[in-house]
Amino acid sequence: MIKLTKVALATTAALILVACDDNTNSATVTTTPVTYQVTLSNLTNGQPISPPALILHNSGELWRVGETASDALELLAESGDSSQLQSSSIVTSSAQSTGPVLPGETTTVTVSYTNTVSYLSFASMLGNSNDAFTGLNKIALESFAVNDSVTYRTLAYDAGTEANSESAETVPGPAAGGEAYNPDRDDRNNFVAMHAGIISGDDGLSTSALTYQQKFDNPVMSVTITRIK
Amino acid sequence: MSNKHLIAAGFAGLFSVASQAQDLTITLVNLTQGISFTPVIAAAHDSQAAIFHSAEAASDELQALAEGGSIDGVNVLLSGYGADIVTNPAGGLLGSGANTEFTLTNSDGNDYLSLAAMMLPTNDGFVGLDSWKIPTQAGTYTVLLNAYDAGTEANDEIISNVPNPIGITSTGASGVTAEIGNSNVHIHPGVIGDSDSDAGISDFDSRVHRWLNPVAKLTVVVE
Repeated sequence: MIKLTKVALATTAALILVACDDNTNSATVTTTPVTYQVTLSNLTNGQPISPPALILHNSGELWRVGETASDALELLAESGDSSQLQSSSIVTSSAQSTGPVLPGETTTVTVSYTNTVSYLSFASMLGNSNDAFTGLNKIALESFAVNDSVTYRTLAYDAGTEANSESAETVPGPAAGGEAYNPDRDDRNNFVAMHAGIISGDDGLSTSALTYQQKFDNPVMSVTITRIK
Repeated sequence: MSNKHLIAAGFAGLFSVASQAQDLTITLVNLTQGISFTPVIAAAHDSQAAIFHSAEAASDELQALAEGGSIDGVNVLLSGYGADIVTNPAGGLLGSGANTEFTLTNSDGNDYLSLAAMMLPTNDGFVGLDSWKIPTQAGTYTVLLNAYDAGTEANDEIISNVPNPIGITSTGASGVTAEIGNSNVHIHPGVIGDSDSDAGISDFDSRVHRWLNPVAKLTVVVE
């Protein structure tokens, strides 16, 4: 593998030198810096959305429905902490909003890299839940030209890592104030799926610390990606 | 798609020019089991006009539509922008499972389609489409629509606070909530309802008046 890589690099360098026909010795530009401006709106009635951390990457994905959540995704979905997702080996660069996106609010985050990248992803917790999250997974960027813009509506997922008790002890958001991350996996199914929604005490779940105000339906966010460089 | 539409698509492809007036044949389907739509307003407009934007405060005109089913204010608002407008194509309520078809010819520059109608029974819920870019290429396009909350009235689900042309007879609810959780336009959190027609927290019926998005389907045929 290592030898192959060296050969490939040498070939690339040779091609660049051939293409450089103006006899100058200035450095040859072989990279295209990119910047994406991402505007994120919280469309829910009463779910604070944890600070979105936009991730640029060339391989991998943040989650897959039907498969077990990574430890990094579990941490995010149960506590809103995206640090492990951002330090994942697939990440080429990331940028995070300074605070959560509250219901009805909009925030803008700009993420850059020194060269073109293949994908943009993010995941954020719905704070008044056990392990609900939303995000974008592996949005392809190759066909994005400068000034191109596209809007996505994001859906709510259940990480499958914590039972949806909605109890005051287990929901970390302001509506409950309970525990955030717990490494135990006590959900019915240890895999990612679409979220079935908040039940709430108003709808008869007597152990729920949540009310009608925390209920949501899809979509939960509007996200517009614009390539500005 | 019929053969006629396929042929039309072929000619339009040969001669299409962006931003010319287009004839649109629009069908709106109420996809719910138990929700009625009040008179619909649909319009083709420029990028400056809108009926609503999510995550922004509702205009007074949208509030009147979402809380009372009145499209008059929104009609005036859109007329001020030179929009091409269709009002009340269903001639009254569009019941659950029902559909209405209408035509809309958009003027040069009115490249965006928007639509709104109050959902009954809700306090300030409406089905909406915000500034969908009308395709310049002939064809048949389908758009699924969501239920929005105008953020202007608490969703107490008390029938005396809701227009009631659909004849709900339940009374005595104590109210689901007295708070507006999000005062900007947002995705409606849904109806809770209950199964008690004389008391309980809601005058709506949890077995009848719930929904999940999408709540409507729009089919747009661009000639």
